[in-house]
Amino acid sequence: MTQVPAANQVPIANKVWTTVCSESDLIQNLGVCALVEGVQVALFKVDDQVYAVDNHDPFSQANVISRGLVGDLEGRLVVASPIYKQHFDLSTGQCLEDETVALNTYPVEVVDQRVQVSLVSVTIEAA
Amino acid sequence: MDVVVPAQCVTLKRMSEMIGKETLVVVGNGMVGHRFLEKLVDAGGLNRFEVVVFGEEVRPAYDRVHLSEFFTGRSAEDLSMVSEGFYEQEGINLVLNEAIISIDRKSCEVNTASGITQKYDQLVLATGSYPFVPPVPGHDRENCFVYRTIEDLEAIKEAARNGRVGAVVGGGLLGLEAAKALKDLGLETHVVEFAPRLMAVQVDDGGGAMLRRKIEGLGVTIHTSRNTRQIVDGEGAVHQMQFADGEQLNTDIVLFSAGIRPRDELAKSSGLELGERGGIVIDNDCRTSDKRIFAIGECALWSGRIFGLVAPGYQMGQVVVDQLTGRDGNQFSGADMSTKLKLMGVDVASIGDAHGNTEGCLSYQLIDEEKEVYKKLVVSKNKKKVLGAVLVGDAEEYGSLLQMMLNDMRPPENPAELILPQTDGSAATGLGVAALPETAQICSCYDVSKGDLVNAVAGGCMDMGALKAETSAGTGCGGCTALVKQVLDHELTELGVEVKKDICEHFPHSRQELYHLVRVGELKSFDEVLAKHGKGRGCDICKPTIGSVLASCWNEYVLKDQHAQVQDTNDYFLGNMQKDGTYSIVPRVPGGEITPDKLITIGEVGRDFNLYTKITGGQRIDLFGARVEQLPEIWKRLVDAGFETGHAYGKSLRTVKSCVGSTWCRYGVLDSTSMAIAIENRYRGVRSPHKIKMAVSGCTRECAEAQSKDVGVIATEKGWNLYLSGNGGMKPRHADLFATELDDETLVKYIDRFLMFYIRTADRLQRTSVWMDNLEGGLDYLREVIIEDSLGICQELENEMTYLVGTYQCEWKTTLSDPEKLKRFNHFINSDESDSNVVFVNERDQIRPATHDEKIALKQL
Repeated sequence: MTQVPAANQVPIANKVWTTVCSESDLIQNLGVCALVEGVQVALFKVDDQVYAVDNHDPFSQANVISRGLVGDLEGRLVVASPIYKQHFDLSTGQCLEDETVALNTYPVEVVDQRVQVSLVSVTIEAA
Repeated sequence: MDVVVPAQCVTLKRMSEMIGKETLVVVGNGMVGHRFLEKLVDAGGLNRFEVVVFGEEVRPAYDRVHLSEFFTGRSAEDLSMVSEGFYEQEGINLVLNEAIISIDRKSCEVNTASGITQKYDQLVLATGSYPFVPPVPGHDRENCFVYRTIEDLEAIKEAARNGRVGAVVGGGLLGLEAAKALKDLGLETHVVEFAPRLMAVQVDDGGGAMLRRKIEGLGVTIHTSRNTRQIVDGEGAVHQMQFADGEQLNTDIVLFSAGIRPRDELAKSSGLELGERGGIVIDNDCRTSDKRIFAIGECALWSGRIFGLVAPGYQMGQVVVDQLTGRDGNQFSGADMSTKLKLMGVDVASIGDAHGNTEGCLSYQLIDEEKEVYKKLVVSKNKKKVLGAVLVGDAEEYGSLLQMMLNDMRPPENPAELILPQTDGSAATGLGVAALPETAQICSCYDVSKGDLVNAVAGGCMDMGALKAETSAGTGCGGCTALVKQVLDHELTELGVEVKKDICEHFPHSRQELYHLVRVGELKSFDEVLAKHGKGRGCDICKPTIGSVLASCWNEYVLKDQHAQVQDTNDYFLGNMQKDGTYSIVPRVPGGEITPDKLITIGEVGRDFNLYTKITGGQRIDLFGARVEQLPEIWKRLVDAGFETGHAYGKSLRTVKSCVGSTWCRYGVLDSTSMAIAIENRYRGVRSPHKIKMAVSGCTRECAEAQSKDVGVIATEKGWNLYLSGNGGMKPRHADLFATELDDETLVKYIDRFLMFYIRTADRLQRTSVWMDNLEGGLDYLREVIIEDSLGICQELENEMTYLVGTYQCEWKTTLSDPEKLKRFNHFINSDESDSNVVFVNERDQIRPATHDEKIALKQL
């Protein structure tokens, strides 16, 4: 991303951060969806850590991941797609049922109560 | 059914000659005749034979064993044994309403009453039996009936309309069945028995006395040692039965059920060998004195005996199938005549030498007058063999005692233990299934051995439903169900299959256990349950399950902060998510009754928000294509117009479908719509293990299709009939008739208890149909729990339901009044935009989701 930052975007350490909401807008274990430069990002707060992955569900082609249930499976933090119930690792985006599928994950930071997402995506190579 | 006319028969014969098949003619299409054909088909017999079947009745085979259920709501179709299209699909020519009047054994032809002649290469007589009517003067008066066919029952039903009193002649097994039927028709019922006790063949004096006591307790008058001399005009009734001892009985209907006689007239006229007292003589291959002719079932006489039960008839059928398909070795070698049945709700069982006729045998008896139970055990002199038993009032031990007798298994040192109740009140010890040999026959109706069950379990049948489907065990009379379950459990343990019921990795518990833990521990949130009984964070399995359990117990608002995080998206957004991420909306329309104004509101909402509208199967209207941010606005309009949420998204009551009932319909006998509305409003919002559907029909025409619902109610002239655990959908299940002729209050009471018992005990996402199939003890057990309160929990169940009914709230109404909750109904947390991926196109003047290609095309525009 080499765009000129917009007003609500602050470049920090060569990442472009977009503030999407305040931390108090997030509820433990519940997801929300933020629109970041036209990309839909699903945000989840679990144990005061915030995770950001694609809101787009690669199986149903619907933008619904933020509405999935959060949990853990064998120690991995996951969200389940509300449509066909596949699980995605919140830290890596990896789909647990299909190793060739993964969600993009995004850097996310909480600064002074502001939740910021960067679109510099961290993509897991499909194995 | 196709009726074959003579010309076709002839053609058929020529064709079969051309293709080298022989012609097999079957005379009689009763239970045994039909089962024989099913077995023949299974064995590939149709490759060798062209089959023609003649049935004298107008219907194909039906279940005569459960004939009395015709009076409690089962229709002729329900009783049918023939799966739809069986004869057509298999290419078997079934000719109904056509009696065979003669057999020409020389030319190998049978002749029918209407003049059809049919050649045969092999002939099977399955002509069954007819009811014996004692030749007393007056036996042929009007309103004197026998109890054999559906037509007999229809005539009895008609006569009962104008009658008050009914008398059954014969206190045997069938006589008591017939008495039940008269009782069900609302008649003052009498049973007249020649012998000094009821069921003289099967039970002894002690058992007969207890049986009499129990049946009299149900309001049936029993007359034993009564010899009917004649039947004449009655006083204040149609007939008067006059007995040898000078007593008399006035009655409007007389029903003869004094035993059966083999239908052997056809065999007789064609010169086949008969027994001295009737019956077509057969050998161990079930062949008659003519090698081309077989006889099976109640018309056949083997070793001087007639077998008046279906199971031996089925065995004979198998023997003939084996003969015809060239498999040798299987011979008929007699059959065990032990029986277990429920007569007017009373368990009665008779095993082997019930009377203790064996020389030197020892018997043990238990008489419990308080519980009205009688048990007798007969063992050999040396106490090494069980010879027989009689059980009245409680037939729990039937399965294990029968197996011990059939397999020569050694009873314990003190054989009385087999029938004595344990001090803790549980059933007698009996004997584990482990001790049974592989060859032990578990299901006599379908001849399923323990070995068959063991193989099926090894082959992957892990629950009762699968095992029944695979082997047919337990699907006939149902008497062996408990034993089948024991074999299943034992085999699973043996196979090392840990019967693991944990719902997921976070909880080492089944749903049933979690329900119990939540209720007893008064746990009020998922976090509490997790902290006390689980580990980790939970997942999309345990969270909604426990959310549902919490709602079933405490009925708090599902979006309350501590509950919101465990709800599936449907419950969270109170709508049904569709494939594109939009939701559908279903307002409650109780009983399917809706005012024009409300219809207009739904129409206006649909139009204003551009929603796709469709009428559902449950008599309501579904509005599709609502974006998450539109939901509150739409619901505000609906709630303001008086609608409530329909819980189409919840594992809870969906709808109570109804017909217009007696209010409008000329056939309706009760107000089904009002009842449906009352029921729907009572159970709306109750969270359960899975969705629940109900229906109420105003008469037995059953327009509301109640027999395919979890709870089905059908009006009769005498009250409501309650059906339970039906299902349509993927695996249809006909609902079980649970109770009949209920008043409004009792009906609701039973449904309350049923639902709470289901909610207590079902697995996650287990519909009532599967739950019922897996319920140990089945329908009888459920009746004991719900009607007789055998577990002493009915008051508790009712209180729990009363609490749920009292704490109902419309979740949408509550949500609309909470601005914090409404904030969640946005697609984006940082924008008011809509999801650009939700795109509709028009089809038949309404929206539908655009396909992937359509979206690309639209973007390019």
